[in-house]
Amino acid sequence: MATDVHRPVNPQATEASGAEEPRLTQAVRVQGLTRSFDGRAVIDDLQLDVRPGEFVALLGRSGCGKSTLLRILAGLDRDIEGTVLVPRRKAVAFQAPRLMPWKKVWRNVLLGLPGKPDRAIADRALEEVGLSHRTDAWPKTLSGGEAQRASLARALVREPDLLLLDEPFGALDALTRIKAQHLVGELWQRRGCAVLLVTHDVEEAVLLADRVLVMDEGVIAHEQEIDLARPRDITDPRFAEIRGQLLERLGVDTAAEAA
Amino acid sequence: MSISHAPPGSPAPDIPETSPQGAVEPTSPAPAPDLEPIVPTSSRRTRVPRWLRRTTGPVLLLALWQLLSGTGVLTADVLASPGRIAQVAGDLVADGSLTSAMTTSLQRVAGGLLLGTLIGTGLALVSGLFRVGEDVVDAPVQMLRTVPFVGLIPLFIIWFGIGEAPKIAIITLGVTFPLYLNVYAGIRGVDAQLIEAGESLGLSRWGLVRHVILPGALPGALTGLRYSLGIAWLALVFAEQVNADSGIGFLMVQARDFLRTDVIVVCLIVYAFLGLLADFVVRSLERLLLQWRPTFTGR
Repeated sequence: MATDVHRPVNPQATEASGAEEPRLTQAVRVQGLTRSFDGRAVIDDLQLDVRPGEFVALLGRSGCGKSTLLRILAGLDRDIEGTVLVPRRKAVAFQAPRLMPWKKVWRNVLLGLPGKPDRAIADRALEEVGLSHRTDAWPKTLSGGEAQRASLARALVREPDLLLLDEPFGALDALTRIKAQHLVGELWQRRGCAVLLVTHDVEEAVLLADRVLVMDEGVIAHEQEIDLARPRDITDPRFAEIRGQLLERLGVDTAAEAA
Repeated sequence: MSISHAPPGSPAPDIPETSPQGAVEPTSPAPAPDLEPIVPTSSRRTRVPRWLRRTTGPVLLLALWQLLSGTGVLTADVLASPGRIAQVAGDLVADGSLTSAMTTSLQRVAGGLLLGTLIGTGLALVSGLFRVGEDVVDAPVQMLRTVPFVGLIPLFIIWFGIGEAPKIAIITLGVTFPLYLNVYAGIRGVDAQLIEAGESLGLSRWGLVRHVILPGALPGALTGLRYSLGIAWLALVFAEQVNADSGIGFLMVQARDFLRTDVIVVCLIVYAFLGLLADFVVRSLERLLLQWRPTFTGR
């Protein structure tokens, strides 16, 4: 389904000549982005384009700048050089759910929406993530998975054109993580928004993304389209092959496993 | 190698003994460990209701006091007996002097508390929320904070005369600083991650203050309020014992002149009860405003 929606745009071609027609065809456009901390460039002249509705996963070793890139796209880090174009409507789900502990779950979901939004909006969003029974709970009484789903509902209620996920499953236990991954896949297919998922879990990236980017030394060092049919099967030998290739890119030797 | 490390008393012959009959080993079950029951809390807890348990301490203290007075160990000019004190308290209430003194004192505390809360919280908001405010406000407040406010009483009398103003001013001064410090610390202690999350949700600056920073500073603010209340009573005692012609402190000064330890104790008890009442008010506020916070309630 995903490949039907997205017209095959050749990213290499647009990168060279796409400067004339930027915003229309892209959900994200980053050109020549540099971000330095104390003179050390964490992101160094980075280029990135994300098509509308595309699911992009960003892999990389810890400290490679992938979270910094996400924070820049979210508008939380503006100490930058270069061009960054993002949709006005964007939402972030962080690794920690970051719910305001003094607001009940449904109020957290509505937080920051313009005007006086109706509670029904929050209830609908919470139902979408399967949390309708916890709308009236205090965030500190939620389990890790529930809190993460509430955080996801809070992001989705903004109807974003770009959803930024910063290792949203990192703190979940293995079983909850599988469920949450499926949920994100479903929500993305239903909403059709562009997603940038920052993760260090290669399997998760291959399972969900249309395109996997590997970040290293402050740039996108490797890029791989995942053309496996959805829903994807982890036991598929091609899945394992792609996973092995990506792991190798990340410097993990899986020769024995991939063979 | 492991044998060389084995304690001398260890049964060394075990190894040669068990190795030939290794097949038999699994069939002989390991010795069962001693089991002990995990007692459920409900059965471990005593059946005495909470309020009764909480009152036993004071009641025991009272009984001891009465015993000492009754046996003559504690003479009346040192400390009157609880019975005598109850009687005096009854008399003071009956002739209206205690109630009128209490009303005056309460008014002073309320006035000072209100002013101090406004000033302390206001200053803390200015220096907590704005960096400019911090630069301008924080240093002078930190300097003034170290001046013992009781020492300012003579100055206040010169400035404000001997009416209500210096008394309320002293209480205000005492209340302002703990509140300032705690609200300021509360604001600065708000989790930066939550502020960032608020920003990512598109909250305006005022929205951040209202939805993230102020609620986050509330636990600190309530701690400050509790300190402030304690200090308010303390300041009241000081203020009323200098140049007062009404209030509980005045009653005490008067009683001192007539060596009436019973009246002094009655006044002290009134102070104590007012303090307890204030604490109860803050506790209730905390329960109401901080219900989102799961806390350890003791065992």
